[in-house]
Amino acid sequence: MDNEKVLTYEVIEVCLLAGKIMLQSGGETYRVEDTMMRIAAAFGIENSHSYVTPTGIIFSAEGDEPTKTKLIRIMTRSTDLKKVAMVNSISRKITSGEVDLQEAFTLLKELDELNVTFPFMVQVGAASIASGCFMIMFMGEWIDFIPAMLTGGLGYFGFLYFHRFIPVKFFSEFLASFIIGLLSVIFVKTGLGQQLDKIIIGSVMTLVPGLLVTNAVRDLMAGHLVSGLSKGAEALLTAFAIGSGIAVVLSFL
Amino acid sequence: MEIIGQLITSFIATAAFGVIFNAPKETLVKCGLVGMGGWIIYYIAEKYTGDSVLATLGATLFVGIVSQELAKFYKTPVIIFSVAGIIPLVPGGLAYDTMRNFVEDDYYRALALGAKVTMLSGSIAFGLVFSEVINQVVRKIRGSKVWKV
Repeated sequence: MDNEKVLTYEVIEVCLLAGKIMLQSGGETYRVEDTMMRIAAAFGIENSHSYVTPTGIIFSAEGDEPTKTKLIRIMTRSTDLKKVAMVNSISRKITSGEVDLQEAFTLLKELDELNVTFPFMVQVGAASIASGCFMIMFMGEWIDFIPAMLTGGLGYFGFLYFHRFIPVKFFSEFLASFIIGLLSVIFVKTGLGQQLDKIIIGSVMTLVPGLLVTNAVRDLMAGHLVSGLSKGAEALLTAFAIGSGIAVVLSFL
Repeated sequence: MEIIGQLITSFIATAAFGVIFNAPKETLVKCGLVGMGGWIIYYIAEKYTGDSVLATLGATLFVGIVSQELAKFYKTPVIIFSVAGIIPLVPGGLAYDTMRNFVEDDYYRALALGAKVTMLSGSIAFGLVFSEVINQVVRKIRGSKVWKV
């Protein structure tokens, strides 16, 4: 009996760890809930409930003994699709019975500490190329391609760089969009760029919370009201930071 | 000529966003292709109908269904393909425009643009949810056929 209690707690531990990694890497709410329930079911807990919000997960397992519940707090959120895919494949292995409880826990623990992101400069390069391309997609002229690339790349570089020192996301987004605004105005004033609006819009595309807005509406539609509203609030705050960063530049120059 | 430029830039932009979102390396090209397909549908539909909400809905449906199929085939989460695919469609530029008008005290324009952003992101979300529903219905119909036979 005592042994079983310990086992249930270990299963909850594995479920929460998987859920935490997924949520921190930008997995959808329903996927996190689904994955945790599948893992629990694979280890013999048929009745489990989970409550997932962007800032924390509550998970409880029902059984013969009194229901056990555990809570985990989510502090940082980013988008890291590779980790979502890796947790997904671990959970597949668990449900097919390839790994046992201990192995699953060590696998997830290793994954949690692993850093699988692309190198810093590759990300900046991708952001600058994306900025240039977005400028063209929004009906910009090819002559503005290089200025948009430079402003977008430097803006994203600033975003990543400031984010290392200032843990407040709002502030690093504000500073990054300030840089973008400033550089775009300089480019246009010196005659290297033509359309100020197009350069700015193309460059801020890497920062804008378009994905967050879409995910928020999607969560609301799926009935995850709390996480939908809080994601929407986060998106609004980000958009406000970017808008004000640009507006500061435009109102002074 | 213009459409070739759009094809190339949307492909590169989507793949680059895959890098920013840290999608697995082997999926980057597929992400780019999904994004390119979605953007071209949006671009053409928007040009002929003039209705960006409708165009977004159609493009998102395409992105959603293709992502579901790819995810099933490669056994990866759908989000990897769908996230990169809808990136060109999300109204990021409009969201930025909205906020810029708000902080510049032009509330009327800002509210109008904000409503548009809500409509567009709502249609993206609807398209994604709808493609999931289609996928589930198809799966159920196939399942029941197997069960009957």
